[in-house]
Amino acid sequence: MLWNSLLLAMREIRRNLLRSFLTILGIVIGVSAVITMVTLGNGATQAVKNQVSSLGSNLLQIRTGQRMMGPGGGGGAPAFKLDDIEAIRSSVSGLSGVAPQVNRTATVVSMANNWSTSVTGTTNDFFTVGNWKLASGRSFSEQEEQTGTSVCILGASLYKQLYANQDPLGEMLRVKNFSCEVIGVLEAKGQAAMGRDQDDTLVMPLRTVQRRLTGNQDISSIQVSVENETEITQAQTQITDLLRERRRISEGMDDNFNVLDTRQLADALSGTTKVMTTLLGAVASVSLLVGGIGIMNIMLVSVTERTREIGIRLAIGALEREVLLQFLTEAVMLSALGGLIGIILATIASYFLSGLMQVPYTFNAPINLGSFFFSAGIGVLFGYMPAKRAARLDPIQALRHE
Amino acid sequence: MSEGIEKLIELRGITKTYGQGQAQFQALKGIDLSIEAGDFVAVMGPSGSGKSTAMNILGCLDVPTTGEYHFRDVQVEQLDRNQRALLRRYYFGFVFQGFNLLARTSAQENVELPLLYRGESTKARHLAAQAALEKVGLTTWTGHTPAELSGGQQQRVAIARAIVTNPVLLLADEPTGNLDSKRSHEIMELLVSLNRDQGITVLMVTHEPEMAAYAKRIVTFVDGKVAADKRQAGLGYVME
Repeated sequence: MLWNSLLLAMREIRRNLLRSFLTILGIVIGVSAVITMVTLGNGATQAVKNQVSSLGSNLLQIRTGQRMMGPGGGGGAPAFKLDDIEAIRSSVSGLSGVAPQVNRTATVVSMANNWSTSVTGTTNDFFTVGNWKLASGRSFSEQEEQTGTSVCILGASLYKQLYANQDPLGEMLRVKNFSCEVIGVLEAKGQAAMGRDQDDTLVMPLRTVQRRLTGNQDISSIQVSVENETEITQAQTQITDLLRERRRISEGMDDNFNVLDTRQLADALSGTTKVMTTLLGAVASVSLLVGGIGIMNIMLVSVTERTREIGIRLAIGALEREVLLQFLTEAVMLSALGGLIGIILATIASYFLSGLMQVPYTFNAPINLGSFFFSAGIGVLFGYMPAKRAARLDPIQALRHE
Repeated sequence: MSEGIEKLIELRGITKTYGQGQAQFQALKGIDLSIEAGDFVAVMGPSGSGKSTAMNILGCLDVPTTGEYHFRDVQVEQLDRNQRALLRRYYFGFVFQGFNLLARTSAQENVELPLLYRGESTKARHLAAQAALEKVGLTTWTGHTPAELSGGQQQRVAIARAIVTNPVLLLADEPTGNLDSKRSHEIMELLVSLNRDQGITVLMVTHEPEMAAYAKRIVTFVDGKVAADKRQAGLGYVME
């Protein structure tokens, strides 16, 4: 009997190709849209987290402003000064490096090439903290840091752009309106968060950048690395207390800066992508809903025809339960087929799109199952309920159904 | 009634009431009728006389409000839904005025349908359906869907579907109602031959005297009661 109804259901699906196709289409679109959107969104979030945690788990990022809301979140709060760096270095124990940072975008010109890049003013600690290694040349001397000499170290990408793999050491590079000597080239690190190339950079002594580019004594952020990962929370607390005191924040007032470890930094940075994921998911849910309504429509519109059909089947001797089993099988098969196609399409789409967007692809089981069962449920419900009502009628009533 | 002829159906005091209270309407007001195996009965009467209602009750498509219905040894009015369905499955064949074929389904598959519910194998179904279609004179159109067939052809498919199970009783409700005169006579001749050659008992509702003339017995309904019941030399049998 089960085999019989399977057979009947398959014949029925084939017989009503258009209706079957439309039903499946509704489910496919709904399921694949939701899964693709959420998978890509999650991938983007994961990408941000991965890149931040690739920095290492012994890092603390100190920024001005109450909350880290991406770059430029420090508006209003006073910047750090060099004294703050010294204070952290002298009174917080267990640190392996404290690197102040000032960033500016500037156009740099070598002989014939020019390139717009991110210029970082910092100290030698920058290389320790960020785990940068020199491919050639040397780091800053103490004297260069003290006096703010015009020397610079090239990131790998910038080096390729400007010198096309020729030896740049000792060459003079023009940065905006001053020239500086190339003293080193960094090893390549690869893509950073959100597709930014972190090798496309120019590193100079802090003083040089402050004097020549920003024109003030401000330090926009501080990167700190601890010697022992287990002491990171302790260091975080110490730095927070120290900075509160130095910035004269009284008890009960909120910090006007923040000290984040890499995990917190990842959370903060991925906050935006999480919002985006939710938003995309919400939009895609609408298509799931519309797909569901489409299924209901198709199923309900065909009720009249199907009621007559049920009448015919009952008249020639089909039992109520045989008819119901057939319709249920049909609805389940259609819905499951639509759901499966949706999942397959979504998997292919999100796999390729995540490759394109350079975010990791992860299979999200709850979303896959959730959207599958939602649309399949609608399909089964609205395929089965009218049939159930019709099969209860006397055959003659079903045959007369208009 | 001669000896040796099996009594197939016996109705005793069958009534059928539709609706409730004020809107109540009595379609059948006590029908007594017996039908022997091998007979060809035409049920006539004006519209609203209850002839179709009686037919539906006879075919177990509907249930009587009161009264007794014996089919062979079975007391039909005591059967439940499923038992009535099984009775239809194994003993009855139906032909409707509106053909009632499954849309977008080939003639062959339509005819095979009753056998599917009998659980017969694919091959047995196929052969039986072909034989039935041959009997009704359709051999070349078996792959076509109802929409591609003429009214006469559709009714032939419907008759093939009704006889594919070798039923004991063939119930035809206005089988010629949607057909022109020529097709109607062809269908009637087909019914006569099924009755004569296959020994299938035929019960046909019609309001056309021309068609009733083919039958061996005419039962006339008026106002929910049997008004006349007479035997005649059926047209199809006289011509022999």
